[in-house]
Amino acid sequence: MSLPSGDLRGWVLRGLVPVLLVALLVAIGAGLPGAGAAEALAAEQGAATEAPAEAKTPADAGAPKLKRADYPRLGVSSRTVVWIIAQMHLFFGALVLAVPIFVLVIELIGFRTGDDRYDDMAHEFMKVSLTAYAITALFGGALALALFLLYPQFMGYLMRVFGSQVLVYAVLFFLESLFLYVYYYGWDALRYGNRKWVHLTLGLMLNAVGTTLLVVANSWTTFMMAPSGVDPASGAVTGSIWEIMKGPLWNPLNLHRFLANIAFGGAVVGAYAAFKFLAARTAAEKAHYDWMGYTSNFTAILAFLPLPFAGYWMMAEVYAYSQQMGILAMGGILAWLFVIQAVLICTILLAGNYYLWTGMSRTEGGERYRWMVKYIAIILVLGFLVWVTPHNVIYTGAEVARLGGGNHPVLGPLGIMPAKNIAVFLMLIYTFLSFQLYRRADKVITVEWRDWGNALLIAIYIVASANVIFAGVYYGYFTNTVYKVGSSVIQVMSTVVVIVSGVVIDTLMFKGAKTLPVYWGKVPERSQYALFALPIAFTWLMALMGYIRSSVRTHWHVYTVMKDNSPDNFIPPLATVGNVVTGATLLFLVFLLFIFWIANLSGTRQVPPAPAPRAARAEAAA
Amino acid sequence: MTALARPLAFSIVLILAFAAVTYVLPQMRGEAPEDKEVNLGELTVESYAALGQELYDGKGTCALCHNKLGRAPDLLTYDVVKTSLERVAEAGYKGQAKDAEGYLRESLVAPSAYVVRGFGKKGSDDTESPMPAVDQPPIQLSEIEIGAVIAYLQKKDGNPVTVALPKEAPAARKPEAGAAPASAQTAEAALAKFGCAACHSVLATQSPVGPSLTDVGKRLSVEQIRTSIVDPKAVIAQGFPPIMPEFPHMTLTELDLLVRFLAQQKGSVK
Repeated sequence: MSLPSGDLRGWVLRGLVPVLLVALLVAIGAGLPGAGAAEALAAEQGAATEAPAEAKTPADAGAPKLKRADYPRLGVSSRTVVWIIAQMHLFFGALVLAVPIFVLVIELIGFRTGDDRYDDMAHEFMKVSLTAYAITALFGGALALALFLLYPQFMGYLMRVFGSQVLVYAVLFFLESLFLYVYYYGWDALRYGNRKWVHLTLGLMLNAVGTTLLVVANSWTTFMMAPSGVDPASGAVTGSIWEIMKGPLWNPLNLHRFLANIAFGGAVVGAYAAFKFLAARTAAEKAHYDWMGYTSNFTAILAFLPLPFAGYWMMAEVYAYSQQMGILAMGGILAWLFVIQAVLICTILLAGNYYLWTGMSRTEGGERYRWMVKYIAIILVLGFLVWVTPHNVIYTGAEVARLGGGNHPVLGPLGIMPAKNIAVFLMLIYTFLSFQLYRRADKVITVEWRDWGNALLIAIYIVASANVIFAGVYYGYFTNTVYKVGSSVIQVMSTVVVIVSGVVIDTLMFKGAKTLPVYWGKVPERSQYALFALPIAFTWLMALMGYIRSSVRTHWHVYTVMKDNSPDNFIPPLATVGNVVTGATLLFLVFLLFIFWIANLSGTRQVPPAPAPRAARAEAAA
Repeated sequence: MTALARPLAFSIVLILAFAAVTYVLPQMRGEAPEDKEVNLGELTVESYAALGQELYDGKGTCALCHNKLGRAPDLLTYDVVKTSLERVAEAGYKGQAKDAEGYLRESLVAPSAYVVRGFGKKGSDDTESPMPAVDQPPIQLSEIEIGAVIAYLQKKDGNPVTVALPKEAPAARKPEAGAAPASAQTAEAALAKFGCAACHSVLATQSPVGPSLTDVGKRLSVEQIRTSIVDPKAVIAQGFPPIMPEFPHMTLTELDLLVRFLAQQKGSVK
């Protein structure tokens, strides 16, 4: 559907509203003094241990230097309490921020195509998000309470640093609530014609506010990892709130979380669709939820594919900020956790691919490509094996002596990032091939140059794979260590070329293609288990990577500025990490079941009771 | 209900399977570094170097980068004292060290003074080192600990340990004042940081409040210069008021930078 120019102008004008709103909020935030409104809190913190006495304003006061006795003790590990609550808040926060993003896209597609099914599906996705919103707020409140209760001086310092910016966050939260409720409950009232534009604008506003919320909260996290705008020796505020926010890791984290949230949100609503598919009683219901599951999986994997690129950017910035911090994550004690990361990401890729392969049975055309599945599976498994090989860890002389040697003579070369880059980029490239095959399954290409087009695609895949392998081997094993990261640029570009050229060539080849019927709902039930595996792996992964990101600060609340002298200032053993992450994931699963149940309940209507026997007899007699 | 039970069981098994992976991996606990009590009375060269080795692998986190993986030169594979002397003698050497001990100390507290080719920060053309100054956060080695690391590096290849054994603990660092800036890396930066030019004629500035520093290297010995900075009231220059403050936040690196710089100021009296 093409847009009339009047509509387009209106759309542009409407689109400007959220942009201006975000700009206004950022301007307010940037204009606020770092400490202005935090005076009351700062006064409360005035007695913080060893805070400089001559500080003129709260902002002048540096980071407090705490002793172990300064930390309140509740008889349980304060870190574990905060860890689990924060993780739950992040899980649900990610869900409620991400779902409206792809819901808006689906709604727009429905509006442009005039297909009500898109609109209904988008509305149903929002139903899941709405229930999750209340739980997000509950855990957010619990987190704030836990932090102020268990780490009062630390929170006092953060309040002095960020000052009135937290008020902007509070305002954004209210706006988010406003737009979310109006967007959801106004769905049917603003469904057609010009009213739909109003609804779409509300969705855009919701996402603009939600994304601003995300980046504001991210600034607190990245400040703790790589503080900026404060004096490096004392932690006293020296810069504006903008300088405090825009630390070296802020934008990498913003991008990483934005993409990861969409992948996570897509996976979670995919599980909802799978749950409804398995419980469906009619063919129409099955068809609807099969399609919904497919859309969710598509969203999750689409957002997941660029995530490694965002991850590499993030790690490159970590290395640039502090080589020590980077090595701790990738070659120190935390490096072992990347073995689990490999297991998790490979689970995601295998589940995503498996879902696509089984999905080819929805159409007869899928048979043409089935023979390729086993080769893609082989590449995925080989990639997994390389990736799961432990990173080469830095050993001390004493450790080498005790172990009887350093890294494994055969597997050692697979323990560095370039080897893992080869594995992961090949896995991404061939996951995209699964997508491409799935898209082609219901089409018979009719353009005359189809053989040339296919040959070009095959050539692109071969050259890209060779590039990925060559760059990894050359930079990984034949150049200085500091240049190893150079391999990822070529590998990223090769992968991007495959994806972009694949989409472009296919789009051109699909012109005039004959479309085969797709039988939604005709997939084996086992395919739905892939849709459960995805959110489980995503949830575990999110908790794990969040832990690694946070742990690189080691014994610092705010790296290099405020030391953590609490009883929990150590890096726990891996099994302890596994236990906490597992506990958080199980808790999330319980809450998720509750959300699915509530969403299901809202669509359940009680059958009117049968007339009472006496009334029925009287009716019969009459 | 059965429709839900199976995927639920599947999900729980999957979660536990991921947890199981953490159990088969090595279980290590990363402790926060603790300041060790050093009995200065019982310290020997051997025990001092042993402390240095412990710091090298532990609190100093030296082994994290200085290893076979190539992030930084693997100091355990060559004679660092010999290499230090070679670097100090290089024509392009811009640091302040005159001997191996001085070079090692400088490389610990001011790593960018000499950057080994190929190991500089990316894009810096080997003019900036990615190594943090070890006397600053996050490592924060004390003067005694820095000396111990130097002693270890000297001793590991059988070289004589020239670093002096500490006789007394350095004064505990006072908590930093509200907005104390970072440690200066050059003498000029240290002069600016401590506002010397407000009272003294130095470099391009003129001030009659305190004695001129442009010829101080001719008037005072290195030790006298050091004493006059550390304890300004010990000797008051004739004809000038006793108003020079103490500098409790001045780091030893800054003090060294200033003393070395001032000792070289031998211009005419103004």
